[in-house]
Amino acid sequence: MGDRMMAEPQDIALELSGVSKTYQISQGLFAASKPLRALDNISLQLRRGEVLGLVGESGCGKSTLAKVLLGLEKPTRGDVRIFDQPFGSHDRKWIARRIQPIFQDPYSSLNPRKSVREIITLPLRVHSVGKTSGWNDGVSRMLDLVGLPQRLIDANPSQMSGGQRQRVAIARALIMRPEVVICDEPTSALDVSVQSQILNLLMDLRDELGLTYLFISHNLAVVEHIASRVAVMYLGRVVEQGPAARIFETPKHPYAVALLDSILTPDPSMDVPDVDLDGNFPNPVDPPSGCTFHPRCASATSLCSRLRPEPVQQAPGFVTCHLHDPNQQKDMA
Amino acid sequence: MNSLLSVRNLRVEIPVGAGLLKPVRGISLDLNKGETLCIVGESGCGKSLTSLALMGLLPKVARCSGDRLSFGGQDLLGLTERQMARLRGRAISMVFQEPMTSLNPAYTIGDQLIEGMIRHDGVSRAKARDRAIFLLEKVGITAAASRLSQFPHQLSGGLRQRVMIAMSLMCGPDLIIADEPTTALDVTIQAKILRMMKDLQAELGMAMVFITHDLGVVARIADRIAVMYAGIFVETGTARQIFDTPTHPYTKGLLSCLPVPGKTKLGARLGAVPGVVPALIGGVQGCGFASRCPLRQAACDIEPELSERGDGHSCRCVHDTPTLRKAEWATA
Ligand SMILES: Nc1ncnc2c1ncn2[C@@H]1O[C@H](COP(=O)(O)OP(=O)(O)OP(=O)(O)O)[C@@H](O)[C@H]1O
Ligand SMILES: Nc1ncnc2c1ncn2[C@@H]1O[C@H](COP(=O)(O)OP(=O)(O)OP(=O)(O)O)[C@@H](O)[C@H]1O
Ligand SMILES: [Mg+2]
Ligand SMILES: [Mg+2]
Repeated sequence: MGDRMMAEPQDIALELSGVSKTYQISQGLFAASKPLRALDNISLQLRRGEVLGLVGESGCGKSTLAKVLLGLEKPTRGDVRIFDQPFGSHDRKWIARRIQPIFQDPYSSLNPRKSVREIITLPLRVHSVGKTSGWNDGVSRMLDLVGLPQRLIDANPSQMSGGQRQRVAIARALIMRPEVVICDEPTSALDVSVQSQILNLLMDLRDELGLTYLFISHNLAVVEHIASRVAVMYLGRVVEQGPAARIFETPKHPYAVALLDSILTPDPSMDVPDVDLDGNFPNPVDPPSGCTFHPRCASATSLCSRLRPEPVQQAPGFVTCHLHDPNQQKDMA
Repeated sequence: MNSLLSVRNLRVEIPVGAGLLKPVRGISLDLNKGETLCIVGESGCGKSLTSLALMGLLPKVARCSGDRLSFGGQDLLGLTERQMARLRGRAISMVFQEPMTSLNPAYTIGDQLIEGMIRHDGVSRAKARDRAIFLLEKVGITAAASRLSQFPHQLSGGLRQRVMIAMSLMCGPDLIIADEPTTALDVTIQAKILRMMKDLQAELGMAMVFITHDLGVVARIADRIAVMYAGIFVETGTARQIFDTPTHPYTKGLLSCLPVPGKTKLGARLGAVPGVVPALIGGVQGCGFASRCPLRQAACDIEPELSERGDGHSCRCVHDTPTLRKAEWATA
């Protein structure tokens, strides 16, 4: 969006322009299937060397976005550019050496019948990287890096705990020495002590290797800790985007506000918050009119149910909300 | 004391190539009706195996033993597989750490929610379907009726997890064992589901064993907390005791790892517990945490007992109430 002006093309690792992804959802045996817009006209840049935090409600399309960036899902509409070149102009190997994923779910993303050694070297094998003789050294360095005991080198994932598996997944992503790492809930299966190790590790690697991260997480304390910029998604759209410090201090979009209110700080004197959002969870197959957040928004006006808001500049960044649109403000008053 | 769930010296052993793995080395706990126990601890410390042992769902290779494992006065260790299965469907239910391993990819969400209830409660299909829709809505899934015809792979991680939670509540259990039930959920939905579970708990007197890495969740829902390390509980107490006066060096290290909103600087290094868990093959000599503990001394070569620190706050450490500053961790 508007921040195109602020980043030179060579500083942009990945760029989405007007990307939509629609799935067809069957409505039962005799009904026609209906479209579900997992991504709705998304424009977003990932700049070299930054950590972009991506947060939002479960099912809002974060993983779909990650899959599109990895080339695992084709967008229904819109363009994806990688290092300022069209995504489609490169082969798998070229892309794999630049972008690697760490997924949410260490159970289904690792082949339970393969050993740790085989799993970690798989990307090397698939893309014929380096000499086979060097792989073992590489694997044991990776195990140290992610804090796995060397004895697990020939174990397979079915014998490992969730956290151990996630460290294997991280080792597998890093062995390709990618420039961009798409992290989809990389630490949600980890206990806090491993999480802090992994976060420290990701930050060290970023400094050492100049890595760029897209960091998807439900743990807002983690995002606040690691991200320089944040994009907040709601039902397939980015509703607010800007510097992390600004968003965490003064979130503007009502959904972002509710999200930050739901953070559970480790304070035993406090109860589970009663966030003012329950009730009307949106149906992604039949999204609300106008601003899709309006049925849950305490500040919604009649305009919000009629007119779909467009991004409003909040330099640097934007918010997609009528309440923050100076032009609409006049109408609403 | 008539607790709903009473466990003494629960052990799990698994023969592996290199010897006998002892991932659960003597767990004792009591849980009353309506109470929530949170188990926290490092990945691989045996939390999931403990919960699977309580459910009678350990992998075939694993051996389970204990001095007592009773639920509602019934001895679970003596039950046949069939009796246990019947209990699992109704009185005890479980939310598994990974929904994909417990949802059958070949059946729709609806079938999986409804069949269990028809089988266990003998209700009509229509009634079970109503309950399924009611619960899916409770966990924040709209258009629940149309979700019933979807297959697990068509749902996002968070939706699958919520389906699992709804499934665990279908038969109105007395005890729920939930293994990381909210990790794949965003915070607003997490808050909503935790509220719902707490409300149901107050309403039905359901007890919960809640396993999670999220100390924010623990702080808000736990009546009691058990901190687990290398197969045993190293510290137990109320939420206040554990958060306000953590005593075991591992507990202290754990709390230092948390980024605290507004307090931890962007990109600043987080606290860490250096080192790795000891291999649990053939058991552990002395205190399992000693190899990573900055306060290690000769006395740590003997495994300490869980000793009372007052008011139900217990800790398994030879050091009395060590004052351990973050600086000591950094240099350890
Ligand atoms: N293969 C698919 N077929 C049909 N619908 C899908 C498919 N994959 C995802 N969806 C739907 O697209 C929407 C976005 O899913 P996605 O996995 O991107 O969400 P998410 O933001 O990653 O959620 P979570 O935080 O729960 O992981 C959801 O409504 C989901 O049900
Ligand atoms: N089927 C198995 N065969 C061999 N070892 C196993 C098996 N299942 C678990 N283990 C081992 O037992 C230990 C405890 O595993 P468990 O899954 O209970 O850990 P956990 O505390 O739940 O960890 P996490 O927080 O990562 O889920 C781990 O070291 C694991 O590698
Ligand atoms: Mg996801
Ligand atoms: Mg586990």
